[in-house]
Amino acid sequence: MALTREQLAQRVAQEFQDGYYINLGIGIPTLAANYVPEGVEVMLQSENGLLGMGPFPREDEVDPDLINAGKQTVTMARGASLFSSADSFAMIRGGHVDLTVLGAFEVDCQGNIASYMIPGKLIKGMGGAMDLVAGADNIIVTMTHASKHGESKLLRECTLPLTGKGCIKRVLTDLALLDIEDGRFILRERAPGVSVEDIARLTEGALVIPEHVPEMSFPPADG
Amino acid sequence: MSGFDKVVGSYEEAMAGLEDNMTVIAGGFGLCGIPENLIKEIRRRGTRGLTMVSNNCGTDKYGLGILLADKQIRKMVASYVGENALFEAQMMSGELEVELTPQGTLAEKMRAGGAGIPAFYTATGYGTPVGEGKEVRVFNGRHYILEEAIQGDFSIAKAWKADRYGNLVFRKTARNFNPMAITAGKIAVVEVEEIVEVGALDPDEIHLPGIYVDRLIRGTFEKNIEQRTVRGA
Repeated sequence: MALTREQLAQRVAQEFQDGYYINLGIGIPTLAANYVPEGVEVMLQSENGLLGMGPFPREDEVDPDLINAGKQTVTMARGASLFSSADSFAMIRGGHVDLTVLGAFEVDCQGNIASYMIPGKLIKGMGGAMDLVAGADNIIVTMTHASKHGESKLLRECTLPLTGKGCIKRVLTDLALLDIEDGRFILRERAPGVSVEDIARLTEGALVIPEHVPEMSFPPADG
Repeated sequence: MSGFDKVVGSYEEAMAGLEDNMTVIAGGFGLCGIPENLIKEIRRRGTRGLTMVSNNCGTDKYGLGILLADKQIRKMVASYVGENALFEAQMMSGELEVELTPQGTLAEKMRAGGAGIPAFYTATGYGTPVGEGKEVRVFNGRHYILEEAIQGDFSIAKAWKADRYGNLVFRKTARNFNPMAITAGKIAVVEVEEIVEVGALDPDEIHLPGIYVDRLIRGTFEKNIEQRTVRGA
């Protein structure tokens, strides 16, 4: 079975390490904040000028002056700090953020990523994504493996305008976790119940399949 | 009255001298920390052909979005333009010129513009449409593109508190692009929620010194929220 949004978020959170400063993109990456492993402390960076983002506010805590990069109202965690957009991107560009997680339309086996526009169809803008992929060493891209029509999004070469060139080394899809090395995808883990053959069929770019590809494991839901 | 007193008496006076086809740099992120009354004053004046530089262009109803209705903006320099149907329509039809600029590059272009640095190299955008036609240099084995600074005829911004000399304090994430926007404007206009007497702010708490501020006005703010998200009790 393909991973649910929640499982994708859970798998992302398994990469969190104690003391990490992390920037989470809009959507599934943001959900990962709900699954920080026990005993691990992370600090979330929001590129509009907040380090130490807390949960959504209670109704009586809502403050229009305190939002995240997705323009949602948020709170501040203990130990938070506030700064300008220039300082925020100095952190990002300067490589001070330990982990960046963001979504994409396409990635390819050269480590290229396309995520900000579909010519003639959708023009939202890159926001901070181009700076994030250029500045970070440790990036996880979360996305669906293929379109609804079964067309691969893990390509030989991206077809859409690029957000970054040669910067992606790890991709988590609803079917698999893959690394990108030397112009090839390397299959590291598969979603529970998804076969290696299914993944190979839906991966257009060069794919290396190691002898043993473990299934991802998730702690049982505790209601 | 001190020569350092930046306070003006009306919004009309605050934006005096704004003419058609000028470049205006605006602070704010989404609808957070936007100079909402200065934007309304630009709308009232009917100034046209403007180049607006701002991370976003507001929404259909609020922020810079209200300048789209009467087609006052000719060109928009921004990183993110979602959440604005009119914007998308005018861009698709070619009425509105748009220069999509990565968010960190935009912040740095403003910072450089205010700091007397004409251009800078960044890895952001190399190998993408943003890097097309720009000078590329290799430093320590990595590719960087040359990005030019931005300056505005005017900048418009919002801070939380000021003293009469224009020393500014921002509040929470409403700071965002405001400090850099202010420094990059030839005429920097700032609206605030509260103006205190000179000496009332601790010099250590001032986020931006008044040297960058030309005109200061106190306003009242709607502070609209784009995505009101709350957690259950």
